[in-house]
Amino acid sequence: MANGAIAITEKSFYKESTNKYSGILSWLLTTDHKRIGLMYLVSILFFFLVGVILGVLMRLELLTPGRTIMSAQTYNSLFTLHGVIMIFLFIIPGLPAIFGNFFLPIQIGARDVAFPRLNLLSYYIYVIGAILALISLFLPGGPIDTGWTFYIPYSVRTASNVSLAIFAAFVLGFSSILTGINFITTVHRLRAPGMTFFKMPLFVWATYATAWIQIIATPVVGITILLVIIERAFGVGIFDPALGGDPILYQHLFWIYSHPAVYIMILPAMGVVSEIIPTFTRRTIFGYKAIAFSSLAIAFIGYLVWAHHMFTSGMSDTARWIFSLLTFLVAIPSGVKVFNWVATMYKGSIDPQPPFLWVMTFIFLFSIGGLTGLVLGSLATDVHVHDTYFVVAHFHYVMFGGTGTIFFAALHYWFPKMFGRMYNKKLAKIAIVFYFIGFNMLYFTKFIMGYMGMPRRYYDYLPQFAKLQEISTIGSWILASTIFFIVGYLIHALFKGPKASSNPWGGVTLEWQIPSPPPMENFKEIPTITHEPYDFSQLKEIENEQS
Amino acid sequence: MEKHNHQIGIMTYIIVWLSLLAFTSITVTIAGISLGKYTLFIALLIAAIKSGLVINIFMHIKFDEPIFKAFLALSGATLVVIFVLTFFDIIYR
Amino acid sequence: MSNHENAAMISHHTHSDKLGAKMGMWLFLFTEVLLFGGMFLAYAVYRYKYSNDFHLAAMELNTTIGTINTIILLTSSLTMALSIAFIQRSEKLFSILFLSSTILLALIFLINKYFEWSAKIEHGIFPRSQELLDRPNGQILFFGLYYVMTGLHALHVIIGIIILSFMLIFLIRNKITSENYIKLENSGLYWHLVDLIWIFLFPLFYLIQ
Repeated sequence: MANGAIAITEKSFYKESTNKYSGILSWLLTTDHKRIGLMYLVSILFFFLVGVILGVLMRLELLTPGRTIMSAQTYNSLFTLHGVIMIFLFIIPGLPAIFGNFFLPIQIGARDVAFPRLNLLSYYIYVIGAILALISLFLPGGPIDTGWTFYIPYSVRTASNVSLAIFAAFVLGFSSILTGINFITTVHRLRAPGMTFFKMPLFVWATYATAWIQIIATPVVGITILLVIIERAFGVGIFDPALGGDPILYQHLFWIYSHPAVYIMILPAMGVVSEIIPTFTRRTIFGYKAIAFSSLAIAFIGYLVWAHHMFTSGMSDTARWIFSLLTFLVAIPSGVKVFNWVATMYKGSIDPQPPFLWVMTFIFLFSIGGLTGLVLGSLATDVHVHDTYFVVAHFHYVMFGGTGTIFFAALHYWFPKMFGRMYNKKLAKIAIVFYFIGFNMLYFTKFIMGYMGMPRRYYDYLPQFAKLQEISTIGSWILASTIFFIVGYLIHALFKGPKASSNPWGGVTLEWQIPSPPPMENFKEIPTITHEPYDFSQLKEIENEQS
Repeated sequence: MEKHNHQIGIMTYIIVWLSLLAFTSITVTIAGISLGKYTLFIALLIAAIKSGLVINIFMHIKFDEPIFKAFLALSGATLVVIFVLTFFDIIYR
Repeated sequence: MSNHENAAMISHHTHSDKLGAKMGMWLFLFTEVLLFGGMFLAYAVYRYKYSNDFHLAAMELNTTIGTINTIILLTSSLTMALSIAFIQRSEKLFSILFLSSTILLALIFLINKYFEWSAKIEHGIFPRSQELLDRPNGQILFFGLYYVMTGLHALHVIIGIIILSFMLIFLIRNKITSENYIKLENSGLYWHLVDLIWIFLFPLFYLIQ
C-alpha cells in the first residue's frame, strides 16, 4: 500500500521537536498534532477523574436517605459540576480532540492538520475554559447550582456563579468550533494522493461528520449562553418571563445545540468501533459506504430532533408529535451501523484482544441505552418517566456506556501506537469484567428506580428506594476503582511495559504502517493509496515491509 | 488555480455598490407605504437580494470553488430547519 | 534523497495552502451566521408573539441614522473589495488608500451608533430603566433585542477595525503583496459578513412601520 518503505530507525516524535525549544516548552509550544493530542489526553483524563470523584461523592450521599455526608445545597452544586465537567470537559472534546488529533492526519496520510497553530490555540482555549470553570467554584456566590442545562428562569435568579461558569462553557465551545474547522479543512485539503473520500477509514468519516456538527451547532448554544450572561448582567429582557420572555424558547435554543452535541459525543465513538472490529476479525468492514453515510445521516437527523428533551415543558402538541416522529428516524442510521458491525464479525477470524472486548462491552451497553431511548422518544411513555432516574440511566448507558467505554477501547487500541509500549493484556481483560459489573450495578438499578418514580436530581428519597440506591452506590465503588485501576496499569505500562511493534494488532490502516511511536511528520514520504481501507490482503505486504 | 485568481473588474464592484444603494433606497421608501402583511416579506426579499449580491460578487463565492457553495447551502439549510421546527411550537402553542 | 526530503519538509512548514485558508475562513463565517441566526430566531419568535408592541417600539428608532449607517457599511464593503482588487493588480498605494477608507468608514459607523444609543439612553430607554419597565412586555423585549443585536454587531465592527488595522500595517510593510494577499482576502470576507448581518438588522429594526 504505502510506497514509502518504513525505516524503523527514524526518531519518534517524542525525541524531535517541531520548534526550537526543548524540554517542557517543546511541548507547550508545539504545533505537532500528536503532541497536542497527548496534551489533550492528559488534561481530559484529569477532568474525567475529577468528574468520576464528584460522581462517587454524589452516590455516597445517596447511600442512605436524608443527609449522609453533605448538605442539599452542596449536592445541587455537585450534580451540576459533575454534569458540566463530564459533558463539556470530557465527553465532547474527548475522542475528537485526543484521538482525532492524533490519528486523523495519520489515517489520511497527512503530516499534520491544516492549521497546526490554530490547533494549539484550540488547546489553550480549552485550558482557559477549564480554568474559568474551576475558578467559578471558589468565588463568592458559590458554585453553580442550576444543573448542566442552565434552565431559565432559575439561572437568571440564582445568586450562584452562573455567569462565569457558563462563560467557561462558551469558551470551551469556541475551542470545539476551531477544532471542527481544522478537521474539515484537513480532510478536504490534505488527503494523500489516491486517498479518495471512499478510501478514508471510517474513523475519519465519523470525525468529519462530527466536525460539521461542531461548527454548525455550537454557535447556537454560544449565543444562547451569551444571552443568559447579558440578561444576568444588565437585566435585558430576553428569556425572563417577568419581562415577557419565553423560557421555552431558551430550552429550544439550548437543545438546538445540546442535542446534536450528543452526536458530537457518540459519532467518533462509532468511528472507533468501525476501526476496531475489522482489525480483530481480519475482515473488511461490511457495508463501508452504508456506515460512512450513516455517520452523515446521524449528523443530519440529529439536527431535527432536539425538542424531544422538552415534551413536558409546555410546548405545543403539534411540535410534540412532530419531534417524537422525527426522533424515531435516528434509530435507522444507528441500526445500520450496529447491523453492519455484527455482519462484519460473521465468519471473521475473531481475536478477542482487550480493544475488541471493550467494543463488545460497548455494543451491549449502547444497545440498552439506545433501546431505552425509544421509550423516551415516544411521547406517551416519556411523559411518565421524564425527569426520573430512567432518563439518568438512559443517558449514562448511551454516553458513558457508549462514548466512555469507547474512550477506553480507543485508548487500549492505540496505546501501543501512541506510546510505543504494550500494557498488560491480562489485567486489561480483568478490568473489563469489573467495569461491566460495576457499570450495570450502578446504572441498571436507576432504570428500575426511575420506572418506580424516583425523580432525578433529588437529594433525598423514600425508604422504598433504599435497597436499590445502596446497590447503585456499591456499583459506583466498583466502577470507580476499576477506572483508577485502568489508569494505573496504563501508566505503569508507559514506563515499564514491553516495547510494542509497529503493528501489534495486525491493522491495515495507515497508522499501522509507520513506526510506534510515529516519527515527527508521520511519513517519510507521503504514501500513495491504492487499497480499500480495510483490505486485509495487504497485511502480508505490510508485515514484510516492516520486518 | 486560474479560477482561484479570478479578478473582478473595478467597474463591476462599483455597479454592484450602486445597485446595493438603490435597493436600500427602495426598501426605505417601501417601508413608508403601508402594505400590511407584505411589508415584512418585501423587506426580507430585498435584504436577501442585497446579501446575494454581497456574497456572490464582493465575497467572490460565484467564482470560487463549488464546494464553498455547498457549504453555504448547508448552513442556510440548517437555519431554515431551525426556524421551521421551532415555529411548529410557537405557532401551535 | 535526503536533500529532497529536507526540501519537502521545509516546504511543508512554509507552504501555505491558500484554498485551505479560505476554506477555514468560510467555515468560521458559517459559525458567525449561526451565532446571529440564534438571535434572529429569538427575534422572530418575539415579533410573532408581540407584533403590535414591536411596531410601536420600532417607531421610536431613528430611521435616518439607520439608513445613513447602512449606506456607510455598504460603501465600506465596496472600498474593502477595491482594496483587494488593487493589491491583485499590484497597485499598493490604491490598496492602502481603500483599506484606510474602509477603516475610516467603520469608525464613522461606530460614532453614529454611539450617538444613536446615547439618544435612547437619554430618553430613559435602557435595560432596567423605570421608563422601559413601565412599558408592555413586547416593548421591553424589542429594546432588549435591539441593544443586544446591534451591540453584538457593533462588537464585530470593532473587531473588524482591529483586524483591518493589522492588515494595513502588513500592507505597508509588504507582508501582504500581489503574490500573497490571502490574509487581506480573508479579512475582507469577515468584513463583508459584518455588512451582510447589518443588511438584515436594518429592515428588521428600523423599517417596521
